[in-house]
Amino acid sequence: MADLSEAQQIAQPLVRKAPVSAFVRVMQYSAVRLITLFATVIVAIYLTVMIANMGGFVDQIMRGEMRERITVQVVNNPANRNLDQEARNQLVLDKIALEEKRLGLNQPYAVRSLRYLTNALTLNLGRANNMTSDSGSKTVRLIILERLPATLLLMGTSNLILFFGAILLALSLSRKYGSFWDKAVIAMSPTSSVPPWFYGIFLILIFAAVLKVLPFGGMVDAPPPKGTISYALSVLKHLTLPASALIMSSLFLSIYNWRTFFLIYSSEDYVEMAKAKGLPSRDIERRYILRPTLPTIITNFALLLIGLWTGAIITETVFLWPGLGRTLFRAIGLYDIPVIVGSTIIYAYLLAITVFLLDFFYALVDPRVKIGGGGA
Amino acid sequence: MNALRKNFQEILRYPSAVAGLVIILFMIFVAAYALVTIPYQEAIRLWRGGEDIWYANPQYAPPAWMNYFTREKLPVSFSMKSTDAEEEAVSKIVELGDQNVGKTYITYTFEFPYDKVPQEMSLYFTAAYESKQPFVSILLVTPDGREVRVADFAVAKKMTYRMSQDDKLKRRLGGLPSMQGLFADPDKENPIPLKGTYQLVINGVSFEPNSNIEAEFVFYGQVYGLAGTDHLRRDLSVALLYGVPIALAFGLLAALGTSILTMIVAAVGTWYGGWVDELIQRITEVNIILPFLSILIMVGTFYSRSLWVILGVTILLSIFTGGIKAYRAIFMQVKELPYIESARAYGASNGRIIFSYLIPRMIPLLIPGLVSAVPAFVFLEASLAVLGLGDPVLPTWGKIINDASSNGALYKGYYYWVLEPAVLLMITGLGFAMLGFALDRVFNPRLRDV
Repeated sequence: MADLSEAQQIAQPLVRKAPVSAFVRVMQYSAVRLITLFATVIVAIYLTVMIANMGGFVDQIMRGEMRERITVQVVNNPANRNLDQEARNQLVLDKIALEEKRLGLNQPYAVRSLRYLTNALTLNLGRANNMTSDSGSKTVRLIILERLPATLLLMGTSNLILFFGAILLALSLSRKYGSFWDKAVIAMSPTSSVPPWFYGIFLILIFAAVLKVLPFGGMVDAPPPKGTISYALSVLKHLTLPASALIMSSLFLSIYNWRTFFLIYSSEDYVEMAKAKGLPSRDIERRYILRPTLPTIITNFALLLIGLWTGAIITETVFLWPGLGRTLFRAIGLYDIPVIVGSTIIYAYLLAITVFLLDFFYALVDPRVKIGGGGA
Repeated sequence: MNALRKNFQEILRYPSAVAGLVIILFMIFVAAYALVTIPYQEAIRLWRGGEDIWYANPQYAPPAWMNYFTREKLPVSFSMKSTDAEEEAVSKIVELGDQNVGKTYITYTFEFPYDKVPQEMSLYFTAAYESKQPFVSILLVTPDGREVRVADFAVAKKMTYRMSQDDKLKRRLGGLPSMQGLFADPDKENPIPLKGTYQLVINGVSFEPNSNIEAEFVFYGQVYGLAGTDHLRRDLSVALLYGVPIALAFGLLAALGTSILTMIVAAVGTWYGGWVDELIQRITEVNIILPFLSILIMVGTFYSRSLWVILGVTILLSIFTGGIKAYRAIFMQVKELPYIESARAYGASNGRIIFSYLIPRMIPLLIPGLVSAVPAFVFLEASLAVLGLGDPVLPTWGKIINDASSNGALYKGYYYWVLEPAVLLMITGLGFAMLGFALDRVFNPRLRDV
């Protein structure tokens, strides 16, 4: 690589030097970045495996539960009634050994934790220990995929409305500093200190318990309606309360934060200058306020998109929404490490890719930021 | 010092800030009161106590002040002991007769101006005797002078008589549930309670010289006290009161620790760059990948549910979060600005640049963060409690909500049970948020001038 660029340096006029070295720099930077990100994912997943396993202690719990279950099974099975004590004990021991092998409990913890790690990294999510999907499968991939649409529907609807609504409103508010609506938003923004599930309780109380117009929870009527349209309407009816709770809980604070953020940038000298030049306010917004704030906006949007993945554990629990958040909560309660690690690794990969791409976006939209520019 | 006073005067100009400040000061006052009047161990004992502490309370009773807002007045709970004979409402007369036969007359007089019947009326007897059990017959004298026979039985040394569980009484009242039957107005078609002064009379006969009968009459109304009761008959005011210091301590400690540390770490990392920045970035990235709430849930499920362990883990996990990323994105731009370059040119030290030039520029963004953090952490504790991972011994607001929702309070209409802790949580959150938003204006001169 070095030879090539030297040769080009000689062959090309000096003006062309910068792009080539920039290319090498970007490639080097990307390689280093990818390796560090991958290392990050490995560390994070291993930490999750360790925490989810309580350093191996959860295995003791699992082993105890499994032994008891199998012993009871064998003793209660009428087919085994004619066996003598010796043979029955042997049967119990055999079954326990088989089950230990299935769960991998016959290996030492260190080996097992590394196996969890490599399986996770290769997206070989494997089979759950205790959980099953609603269709009866023990495959972690199916358990997660089954719940993913519900979570994406709920989180996607509410977060996209929230993000774009908040930015658009904030942008127009930042130009009307001190107006009635500006003051109203400031006055309302403390309400965002309340989390979504909390609004959820109030919404359930008002619309489900007292007015009886919307359902208490769930995702669709029971039994589910036959037609596609009536099914969609039923889902929409169930979606209204949890989505409103999610939106209500952060709308005003996001508007306020974006507005504060835009205000700081709209008091920059170059904005004053543009105003003095008499540019239309649309141009000022787009070219002088939005442009320099793009890195932050993009960062937030990207984090929002991958944040959809994790779902909202408590909101889903309060509304009995069959999403990933609740599945994860159930998995923790059942010590189901494959499911916990599986949902974490997908999130980790998504995040790593996003973080990697973000640096390039920064450089694209903000000429002041240089990729891999040492110290700059 | 002068600047501080100026800032303080500035804050007082915002009505919402004053309101927030008043709320916070009031909460701190209540917290101090709670800690002084109910010691830590006593709070735990009361909250974990069972029938022995709370037997005289009704179950699922809304607070007594609900009666001011409803047209139909609900009966208020009370209890009277025959040992408190100095009270006018209770009288106990003991007559000694021939052959060691003694007669005891206990009369409880109570007003009943309500539109609904009580949940239950019970008598807790304690009798002293050697071998011959005393015998009691119980009468209820209604306002219109009727004497309703309630029950006759021999009293053991310690026994409880619950009227609504007495099938004989039910049959005598014509099949109505005992409470409705006892209070029904005989002139009306529907069993509507008759208002007025009632007397519950216990006529006891004892057969030994030193025999004695004492009884506590407990009237389980439909409403109770300042805050009502839950499914275990516990007085909710204990938990509501003791929830104040716990919520404040958790919220304040977590928010302060987290936001200040995050800001400093981000500034230091961006300024020094190189391996410091790398390290901070790596830790942050690892930490962002770790699922925060799931880890808290795992810590709660596997390790310890103690509030203080959770607090430590919360702070630890919250330092290296998305906040650092967002700050860094802005710090990276700020770093390139001319005023930083000029500071470097005149030879300002690293520490000076970080703490006097970089961080002050970010304070406008820090304050909303810190402000929204206090309530966020107060609610985090409640959230964990709602998931059933609250501190197992301490009474907190979140645990009341958890108890309520797991007992179907919203379905069954026990709204007070959810609303009381919810409103307190909300007031606390709003108090901090309102003060913080005003602080934002004060500490952000650029916003003031625009």
